[in-house]
Amino acid sequence: MRTAFIETLLELAEQDDRVWLLTGDLGFSVLEPFVKRFSDRFVNMGIAEQNMTGVAAGLALEGKIVFTCSIANFPVMRCLEQIRNDVCYHNLNVKIVAVGGGVAYGAAGYTHFAVEDLAVMRAMPNMTVIAPGDQVEAGLATRAVKELQGPSYLRLGKAGESCVHKTTPLFTIGQAITVRQGNDITLISTGGILSEVLSAAEQLAPQFQVRVLSMPTVKPLDQDAVRKAADETKLIVTVEEHSKIGGLGDAVAEILIKDHFNCEVLKLALDSTSHSNVGSQSYLRQQFSLSAAWIARAVREKLEYNESL
Amino acid sequence: MADLLAVLYGKILRIDAANPKWAERDRFILSKGHGAAILYAVLAEKGFFSKELLNTYYQNGSFLAGHANSHNVPGVEVSTGSLGHGLPIGCGMALAGKRGNKPYRVFVIMSDGELDEGSNWEAILFAPQHKLDNLVAIVDYNKIQSFGTVSEVLDLDPLADKWLSFRWAAREIDGHNYKQIESTLESIPFEQGKPSVIIAHTVKGKGVSFMENQLVWHYKSPDDKQLAQALAELGLTK
Repeated sequence: MRTAFIETLLELAEQDDRVWLLTGDLGFSVLEPFVKRFSDRFVNMGIAEQNMTGVAAGLALEGKIVFTCSIANFPVMRCLEQIRNDVCYHNLNVKIVAVGGGVAYGAAGYTHFAVEDLAVMRAMPNMTVIAPGDQVEAGLATRAVKELQGPSYLRLGKAGESCVHKTTPLFTIGQAITVRQGNDITLISTGGILSEVLSAAEQLAPQFQVRVLSMPTVKPLDQDAVRKAADETKLIVTVEEHSKIGGLGDAVAEILIKDHFNCEVLKLALDSTSHSNVGSQSYLRQQFSLSAAWIARAVREKLEYNESL
Repeated sequence: MADLLAVLYGKILRIDAANPKWAERDRFILSKGHGAAILYAVLAEKGFFSKELLNTYYQNGSFLAGHANSHNVPGVEVSTGSLGHGLPIGCGMALAGKRGNKPYRVFVIMSDGELDEGSNWEAILFAPQHKLDNLVAIVDYNKIQSFGTVSEVLDLDPLADKWLSFRWAAREIDGHNYKQIESTLESIPFEQGKPSVIIAHTVKGKGVSFMENQLVWHYKSPDDKQLAQALAELGLTK
């Protein structure tokens, strides 16, 4: 995803000289093409995320469209107050980009997990929150946030994710992308776990008609797509490589509660107790019961339980 | 700080009250946003908005919040309040000006206690790296912070040496001496290619005998009698 991001950003910077890129001293072997081509609109801010975000706000006040970039939770949490007060309060054109959302840097340990970022960023005023499902969505999302007036958070994977979209889907901020049709149950996915979710749907397919929605925009959420799923299918399952608290699952549940839907929501996400685990992303997805097989199993168990009632 | 703002707005800043967003204006950031009352008074004096609006300060429904508010208040560049935000934002504005060959300058007033915040030291490291000689930091060094004196809490001395070692050009002045404030501000940048810092030695509550150097007046509002006495000592009428 990071390659799709930087390739798209290069195009955008070529077209629009307001586009700037700031990094917190990370991006080795990724950001070099931008540095080389647009050195006058690039700054390596050093390992100083608070100043990076404050400087981004200052540049945005001068009319720039500023992408701040680092890995995991660094561009989000270390500088959260700068995001809140300087960027969001003033509704500035600062686009925060986290490479390695979820447990993409899982072997590096919990300090390098980004698993509360969606919750925190959802709570920020004026903030649009996007976690693309694969590299195709990552490129489209980069283009979309550049055109968006105001702050946004782009939570990317790292590299080498499997590509879900074989053709270019219609990408609109705030709209779900239907990846698979079905009318028994709906799986809603945000972020790079989309490939696992789609694979889980295939495993369930002989028995159930499974709808899969990729939900890159967590805020504002596609309420119509959620309501439609609640009307047309008997179970909604949300899947995210994120804490159970405050992410996609809660966002979906909020709509169903507000509108008094009877449709159940099964939230598949990380427990807050499982953070001492270390390992590759695929290993950790197994450990956190978020691999395709575990997702399919959780859905089956839930449906069997419901049948038994 | 009132004296610093009086000279800045009276003599130094290139601004136009009729056109608060004039592209070439000097940018002023009150990083110590709790000094907002003084900033609002100065802006009203300069004609950015009506002096009558000052009566709404801190009142329900007012735009004039207790900390500097740029939302709906002409002339305030950026909303501040939480400390340690102004200098990084100022660095961003100065960098945009520098790389875009713009003539404007960026002034940031900070408190001494505010220098406890690590974000400032990130910015202090950043500005010389990018040769931001269009950036001026002014430290209102009154030696008192929220819950003690600066020397008791986190001693900043030797303060000028700290900025110098971070490769800023530094001057120390009497922050109540108008001539010194003006001549110092007129000579920026102190060195080509370096950001400038003015360490303004000040007295908290200057000019009011019972307020000078008293921590309690960071929090307290004077009653009618105290207000009359304070105004009399300052040679003013209500």
